[in-house]
Amino acid sequence: MELFTNQVLAGIATGAIYACMALAVVMIYQAIDHLNFAQGEMAMFSTFISWQLMQWGLSYWAAFLITLAFSFVAGIAIERILFKPLAKAPVLTNVAGFIALFAIVNSSAGLIWDFTIKQYPTPFGSSPFLGSQLISTHQAGMIGVTVLLLVALYFFFQYTRIGLAMRAAASLPESARLVGINTSWMIALGWGMATAIGAIAGMLIAPVVFLEPNMMGGVLIYGFAAAVLGGLTSPFGAVVGGFLVGVFENLAGTYIPGVGNELKLPIALALIISVLVVKPAGLFGRQIVKRV
Amino acid sequence: MSAAEEVVAEGHEAVEAVPKRAMTLGTGTSLVVLAALLIAPVFVKNFIIFQMTMLLIYGLAVLALNILTGGSGQFSLGQSAFYAVGAYTTAVLMEHFNINYALTLPIAGVICFGFGYLFGKPALRLSGVYLALATFALATAMPQLLKLNFLEHWTGGVQGLVVTKPDAPFGLPMSQDMWLYYFTLVVTLAIYIFSVNLLRSRSGRAFMAIRDNEIAASAMGVDVALYKTLAFGVSAAITGIAGSLGAIAVQFVAPDSYTITLAISLFLGMVVGGVGWLPGSIVGAAFIIFVPNIAEGISKGLSGAVFGVLLFLVIYLVPHGARQAAILGHQLAGKLRKN
Repeated sequence: MELFTNQVLAGIATGAIYACMALAVVMIYQAIDHLNFAQGEMAMFSTFISWQLMQWGLSYWAAFLITLAFSFVAGIAIERILFKPLAKAPVLTNVAGFIALFAIVNSSAGLIWDFTIKQYPTPFGSSPFLGSQLISTHQAGMIGVTVLLLVALYFFFQYTRIGLAMRAAASLPESARLVGINTSWMIALGWGMATAIGAIAGMLIAPVVFLEPNMMGGVLIYGFAAAVLGGLTSPFGAVVGGFLVGVFENLAGTYIPGVGNELKLPIALALIISVLVVKPAGLFGRQIVKRV
Repeated sequence: MSAAEEVVAEGHEAVEAVPKRAMTLGTGTSLVVLAALLIAPVFVKNFIIFQMTMLLIYGLAVLALNILTGGSGQFSLGQSAFYAVGAYTTAVLMEHFNINYALTLPIAGVICFGFGYLFGKPALRLSGVYLALATFALATAMPQLLKLNFLEHWTGGVQGLVVTKPDAPFGLPMSQDMWLYYFTLVVTLAIYIFSVNLLRSRSGRAFMAIRDNEIAASAMGVDVALYKTLAFGVSAAITGIAGSLGAIAVQFVAPDSYTITLAISLFLGMVVGGVGWLPGSIVGAAFIIFVPNIAEGISKGLSGAVFGVLLFLVIYLVPHGARQAAILGHQLAGKLRKN
């Protein structure tokens, strides 16, 4: 029983990473109806910027805030310059665009900061949390930040004018335009917010997986798995999905014989496929019915 | 969170519809290209022959994806998985069972057909971005699966397997590379002709009907489930054969040769070549083989970025890929002739 509890706790700790990433994935999916394959790389780039700022002597929180602002603006700029012209293009072209963006961001980060692994500081410290050996204060802080972010997003979408406009633009663009919402800018705003959330995820994940240009590869796939499990249309679902994937991954590694570390990734992927097949909308997502 | 159902008007389609006629080259052009492909190896060095072989092999793999996406409108970011299965089938059969390399191709094709067909079954329920995600998952999982312990006896685990390159038969005075090139060329031609005919057949029309409007297609009596899985099966079979040829040409298979990078390359090859335009597959293959080298030539550290920028240029300037370039060229030639 103790093994079980420990594994669940450890799973929740890793799940926090996936939850953060899944939240960013869902944000952009809400805004543009696409999965952004370059999301992980954008988060990595933001994290490097904050690292660079700290190298220049800024404090953690100053670097944190500047990075957030930078990511927000950069997200909007990427949408305006690169993806707005593709808004009417087939899905396929958009996917190709994301892949191109992935290559560009990954390679420029490698050129600017090279591929060596770097330490990244944590604002929460890394001593054991409440005497537990399994969760460090950093991981607890990460869970806290994720939940806080979720609550903030909930209030933003539910109780602010602009949040309402964004929801309207995402669910019924034509009608939203008719009531005077600038849907094109709502999409750009969605990109900006998703990039900023990605930056937060990156800065929280970096102390755990260390900072390097390829740090997001695995995390993004788990983030996708989490988002799919929770439902791509629900930020709440994404966070729950993230924790579930983390716990599931740990339990599968412990209790299913033959599943060692090397098979953890295929397990996450099997999870994606089975969720998509059994319940494509995910646990908390909306059923979408298409008009013919 | 309520499970309220929401009605969304149909957005833009996943893939642009390509008319059937626009999918192939004219007879004259085809013959010129064929003649060039036949004669070229006589004049170049072995390494270039090897690169041309790889060009044909990747061309086949892109063609397979083109049938799936351009034909039936389904995405796949998981072609590397089928490619890997084909490659491993050939390697295992040749090295453990001493089966002739030429005989391993049809076996790989059949195995991959089965694999693709079975994978197509659950994938039936997915479309667009979800399908891209599921196949993406398959491609990422494949190298891990190939490394599994209990398969190690056959697959050689992380080490992979070394494949012997075949000699030219009947004592033909050819180098191994040149023989393999002609062998690949014959297989490629056969599959190309098969694909062109497939898309012109009843099944091909069913694919395209599904691509353009699934609901209308099923109302017309097209068995949507059957044809969608069939498209997956055919595509996987051709990719598998390409994988087999690739294993023979490279003389080596290892799990890490078949990562998601390969799947993404094939996908990009299709976009660059023009979705649904079969001859474009070769152009796409050339893009994925040579452009990374060119990018590296321009700037070593930034090769990925240069590659990405080139890709963006293609998307913006020629969104229909090589097909658009070909049409432009054709119109230009027509104008010149008038003058």
